[in-house]
Amino acid sequence: MIFQKFAAPKYFYPLAGKCLPWFGWLCVLTLATGLYLGLFVAPPDYQQGETVRIMFIHVPSAWMSMFVYAVMAGAAAIGLVWKIKLTDSFITASAPIGASFTLLALLTGSLWGKPMWGAWWVWDARLTSELILLFLYLGFMSLQSAIDDPRRASRAGAILLLVGVINLPVIHYSVEWWNTLHQPSSVARLDGPRIHSSILIPLLVMMAGFKLFFVSVVLLRMRSIILDNEANSRWLQEQGA
Amino acid sequence: MNWSEFFNMGGYAVYVWGSYLLAAIVLGLNVWLPLRKYHGQQKMIRKKNETTS
Repeated sequence: MIFQKFAAPKYFYPLAGKCLPWFGWLCVLTLATGLYLGLFVAPPDYQQGETVRIMFIHVPSAWMSMFVYAVMAGAAAIGLVWKIKLTDSFITASAPIGASFTLLALLTGSLWGKPMWGAWWVWDARLTSELILLFLYLGFMSLQSAIDDPRRASRAGAILLLVGVINLPVIHYSVEWWNTLHQPSSVARLDGPRIHSSILIPLLVMMAGFKLFFVSVVLLRMRSIILDNEANSRWLQEQGA
Repeated sequence: MNWSEFFNMGGYAVYVWGSYLLAAIVLGLNVWLPLRKYHGQQKMIRKKNETTS
């Protein structure tokens, strides 16, 4: 099977090395475009004024915090069923990036909440469920580092990730299920986005930039993890890294 | 465009620029730390190859 061939560290390591600069520079380009559109082209909001520019950081981070978790859980399920070595290094490489996005979403949300709601933090359903997501990431990482046997660590981690998936719909629907301060979804709606293209386009560009950032950093981290795991493999010595 | 107006962000400079600064720090660390580790590994491998060959 072709997928399993490329999933072998021996093939994946050079492949990731070839793709990395492309993703990295595309990411820099996309983020620069997104920043230009978000800071210079997008107009201030009629209600929230210039604070709306926080959204170009806050919303992509929040989306990525959930996206990375979902992908990690998907990889965990695949790893449990098919026992592919690569899924473990993918999950381990992703966790700190996902946790970073979650932290960034919470911090920028706080900086947005203070001028608009008058509070840095409220125990609201959206904010609380996002905080739980951060704890899930941190819990996963400490569980991984607490178990010495790599096979047991990856099984335990996979189970934690899969149980934690229940938090994702809670985050997404929290603004509908509960009465919250947080505004409801205006982009990911069944009837289409409800924001003007002058704000929607920079938001989508930033989103793409954050996705490319994740792919680039995950490839870099996976290469490091493979180097750690395969330090004594013959293929690595033959390739001269 | 007026630059001082741009930096003032309608009086919300601390919140807006604070968010962008935090993003720069968090994303920057996410690139810098793995890169540092990766370059360290590459150096080790080169050293190992030199001593064995």
